[in-house]
Amino acid sequence: MDLDALAGCLSSSACLVTQTTSGLIIGMLLFLVAVGLTLIFGVLKVVNFSHGAFYMFGAYFAMTAYQLTGSFALAMLAGAAGTAILGLIFERVFMSRVYGADVLMQLLVCYAFVLIFDDVVRIIWGPEFKSMGMPSAFQVMPLFVAGGVVPPYYLLLIGIALVAAIVLGIGLSRSRIGKVIRAAAHNPGMVSALGINTGLIYGGVFALGGMLAGLAGALAAPVRSLTPGMGFSVLIESFIVTVIGGMGSILGALIGALLLGLIRSFGSLGFPLFTEGLMYLFMVIVLVSKPTGLFGKEAA
Amino acid sequence: MTEPEAGRAQTLVPARNGAALQRYRDVLIALIAFAVLASLPLFTGSKALLDFVIRCSAYGLFATSLNLLVGYTGLTSFGHGMFFGLGAYSFGLIMQKLGVPIPVAFVATLAITAVVAAIIGAICVRLKEIYFAFVTLAFQMLIHSTILSWASFTGGDQGLRGGIPRPASLGIHLSNHVHLYVTSCALLILGLLAMRQIAQSPFGYTLRMIRDNAARASFLGIDVWRAKLTVFVLAALFASMGGMVMALFVSGAYPEFAYWTISGEAIFINMLGGVSTFLGPMVGTVLLLLLNDTVTRFTEYHGIVLGVVILFFALGLRKGLLDFVAEWYAHRRETGEGR
Repeated sequence: MDLDALAGCLSSSACLVTQTTSGLIIGMLLFLVAVGLTLIFGVLKVVNFSHGAFYMFGAYFAMTAYQLTGSFALAMLAGAAGTAILGLIFERVFMSRVYGADVLMQLLVCYAFVLIFDDVVRIIWGPEFKSMGMPSAFQVMPLFVAGGVVPPYYLLLIGIALVAAIVLGIGLSRSRIGKVIRAAAHNPGMVSALGINTGLIYGGVFALGGMLAGLAGALAAPVRSLTPGMGFSVLIESFIVTVIGGMGSILGALIGALLLGLIRSFGSLGFPLFTEGLMYLFMVIVLVSKPTGLFGKEAA
Repeated sequence: MTEPEAGRAQTLVPARNGAALQRYRDVLIALIAFAVLASLPLFTGSKALLDFVIRCSAYGLFATSLNLLVGYTGLTSFGHGMFFGLGAYSFGLIMQKLGVPIPVAFVATLAITAVVAAIIGAICVRLKEIYFAFVTLAFQMLIHSTILSWASFTGGDQGLRGGIPRPASLGIHLSNHVHLYVTSCALLILGLLAMRQIAQSPFGYTLRMIRDNAARASFLGIDVWRAKLTVFVLAALFASMGGMVMALFVSGAYPEFAYWTISGEAIFINMLGGVSTFLGPMVGTVLLLLLNDTVTRFTEYHGIVLGVVILFFALGLRKGLLDFVAEWYAHRRETGEGR
């Protein structure tokens, strides 16, 4: 425990800015992964235990596309589109077979794919740590805000995540497709009776969730190292986010992810070894005081 | 979720023989099983085989105890491994720091587990389904982080090193491989027998009723919260026993014992063997360990092989192996009687 460091940081504006920015990017990446998880749970009623794998594939796709083309935009596109296709196939071929089944059965199918996907990455890209490297467009002087360092790439990352959050929020509540998705979450039988292909909606939602996780992976690729199994810790953390925010709530995922990001970045100063423990402790406290999460609705 | 849960529904058929008779039968089976296992070293000098049985004992106790929660009570715990880790660490630390006789450390570890499980259980068991699963997972990770960060006491990510002293007591020399083997078998058989008695007792049938219809159980005057807490603590005790066998076997304790993947493995074992029969998790344990051992020998990519096998069980059979056999047997008998 190092409370002096934490107090020292809280009283210096430079450190405050640096830690808050790093907390925000952790939070935003987590949000992109967690919002897919919460969307899939809300509509399909499935806890996608293999969601971390999409984050991992997003990062690897982006790295390969960047190495081949040298274009950052294409790398992001490859990460997002590749995982969307993967999500669609995964849902249609495998997950759609276990919808009525026991929760354990669904978890087991996902667990199997966590094992398989990790090995697939190991076979294609090798077991060692990889790094995509920062695109040259962002290798510029960092900004200085109140004495704190803010790399421009962080601003882009936060911006893209925010845009995704807003588009998703408005799209779900205003657009026709969004309304159909919410209706399918509520009463799939009625929706399909009205002549709407619910299978397509399920596949689409899964693809969307996979795409968001893949985008997060692609965005994280320049700033984190890539390794098979990198999806695991992200998966656990985004579970914490969805549980804290409330399963099925997009706003909850955003707030939960930002809280967790800040806990991580400031916690690493005050409790360097117990940072993870802090997150779990926070989750326990939230769940015990409000079992459905901060923004969760009471179970129907 | 759909009302009667297919696959884990276990019909409430009253025991055909008297309860006492069935108990004698269980004890007899346990004695025979112990005699067979214990005489194994007389026929084979293979250390690998004995090691395999010891590992099966540790994981079997752990997985079967999880089935008390998952299969009998319908409590899907994602953090049951915390008690496996707690057992291994408590036992190892008591032996290393205090140097008491092994039986004392054994009982003390069970007492510690009971207290911790009662506190965690009191918080967890009032939550439902997926939330119960996640809070137990959170507690597991909390214990794992504590082990990692309290390095001066637990050895951090290196684990408890330097070996666990195994002084002789009651004429049992656990540093002797055969003695360790027989003790592990005895603990396994005793643990299984005790869990079988819990499952077949009136309390066990109360648990099944809570699983099938908690509201109704509550109307009938059963304190559901207390029953769930009781089985949570009981299951924790047996998981802790499994952890102790593991700690004795590897002569140490490692943070992986408390990591969430060990809970995932236990759930997988349960699904592999089947949750609707008492011995399902035991069959699953043997299957998984065999699978792990053979696959790692042939390929470094054992994740793919294991994943495909899991998919075969989850999508193909849609139930555990022993569930499958039991249903096939019941079906055959039914059609046989119809003729």
